[in-house]
Amino acid sequence: MAKQVPLVDYLELGDTPHLVANECTSCGARFFGRRNACAKCGKTEFTPATIATNGEVRAFTIVAFAAPGVPVPYVAAWVDCDGTSVRGNLINVEPDPEHVTLGMKVRLATQSMGADEEGTEAIGFGFEPLGG
Amino acid sequence: MAEDVWVLGIHMTKFGKHPDLDLVDLASEAVLGALADGDVEMKDIGVIGAGNLMGAAAGIGQQLQKQVGQMGIPVYNVANACATGATALRVAIMAIKAGETDMGLAFGVEKLSGAGLLAGGARREETPNWTPSGRLGAIAPIDGRIGTETMPGVFAQIGMEYGHRYGGTSFELFAKISEKNHAHSTLNPLAAYTKRMSLEQIMGDVMIAYPNTRPMCSANCDGAAAAVVVSGSKLKTLSLEQQRRAVKISASVLTTDPWEESCQVLPDVSTLTRNAARQAYEQAGIGPSDLDLVELHDCFATAELVHYDNLGLCEPGGAVDFFNSGATWRDGTLPVNVSGGLESKGHPIAATGVANVWEVATHLRGEAGDRQIAGAKVGLTHVIGLGSACGIHILEKAA
Repeated sequence: MAKQVPLVDYLELGDTPHLVANECTSCGARFFGRRNACAKCGKTEFTPATIATNGEVRAFTIVAFAAPGVPVPYVAAWVDCDGTSVRGNLINVEPDPEHVTLGMKVRLATQSMGADEEGTEAIGFGFEPLGG
Repeated sequence: MAEDVWVLGIHMTKFGKHPDLDLVDLASEAVLGALADGDVEMKDIGVIGAGNLMGAAAGIGQQLQKQVGQMGIPVYNVANACATGATALRVAIMAIKAGETDMGLAFGVEKLSGAGLLAGGARREETPNWTPSGRLGAIAPIDGRIGTETMPGVFAQIGMEYGHRYGGTSFELFAKISEKNHAHSTLNPLAAYTKRMSLEQIMGDVMIAYPNTRPMCSANCDGAAAAVVVSGSKLKTLSLEQQRRAVKISASVLTTDPWEESCQVLPDVSTLTRNAARQAYEQAGIGPSDLDLVELHDCFATAELVHYDNLGLCEPGGAVDFFNSGATWRDGTLPVNVSGGLESKGHPIAATGVANVWEVATHLRGEAGDRQIAGAKVGLTHVIGLGSACGIHILEKAA
């Protein structure tokens, strides 16, 4: 099987893909990506924390105008995953206000971004409607 | 006790397209206008706060001095996103409060006509091989793949989130806010756009990032604004006419965004505005109910709504009802953005945080012509620079 790489290092692939945050061992604040110190309390120790894969849409926009090379329209959203806020696109849903609503329940989903010259496949993520 | 600080002279250029004027021309027009308005000269100035965001490394303050008066006055070139102008003004105010000088100058200038998207307008090149880079170890550009970096999209979500928490928002509601500001600008000859737009026109225009259509976004344009500020004790030595037209700066505040759980996902423009507003009302010894007009940072129609709440203009959670009551139209109980706001007056970034002070000061002086808010005595200006910084000034008519 061809090698796979995640779009970002906080996406963990495998049988049950999920997101992983750096959690401050002192105050519990969670961060995607590395931090030199905790933005909330200033301490410097972090531990990995698994983020819930189900969530609720707290805010969204349907981007119709973007940089050249960015396919539009797409839905950008803020998803509340059991108390941790996550940024991601809403995928596997029609990008219009009839199909995307505030408060809708969603779950993490991965999708292929294609393979590079060496045959390595990149895997991205988004959130798709639950029970859709 | 620190000195009171007053606006002595203030000027803004026409906002819009100025193909024949360069940055320094625009800045010069604003600065010479502010000096003339205050009936002072460059040699009277002890400090300069200079703002130009897009050319922040070029030293606009020194460039300006070489055109209008090169006298060795210390310049602080500042860049603070869309709060750049307010930051420049605050530098001059702080210098006076610190007792370093008794008169200062602040200006902001930008040329942005036809600029398009200012963030998320171009994205990193794709590489032939997936190679992790940056703090997220991203193997490809993430704009458009993990949410949006475009400002219309970011601020759309900020308005939508308010709607999710309190209900009552809709595409139409946000468009109505834009309708108000475009109606207001018809009375402002210095606005970039002065044409009234119907709700249907606004909703039917090009969609940028739902629910923000093009006229619901701040208008990129060229412009500059400048202010001369003076200490209270110096003002007492000036002419009665200068004293009569001076406008008191009863609060000047700058904040940044404290950590909030969701701020890595969507910039938080609310907490820092709330903090700034609380400090500003305390400094001025007034409350929101004392305000006669407000110029707030409507970089997008979706942003104006949340700032009604953040600035305490309405009950907590009550921004939708507040707007629907008609309060923020120019004939309402608390007119907001009678200049036309960023959506219609325009948003030459660094100029905005001085131009909104010009707008309020002009009303307090009773010199706003057709769009004068009758009897205005107290007004508030607000800007947000994403990243974030919030600048608030409260101005009071001379007693």
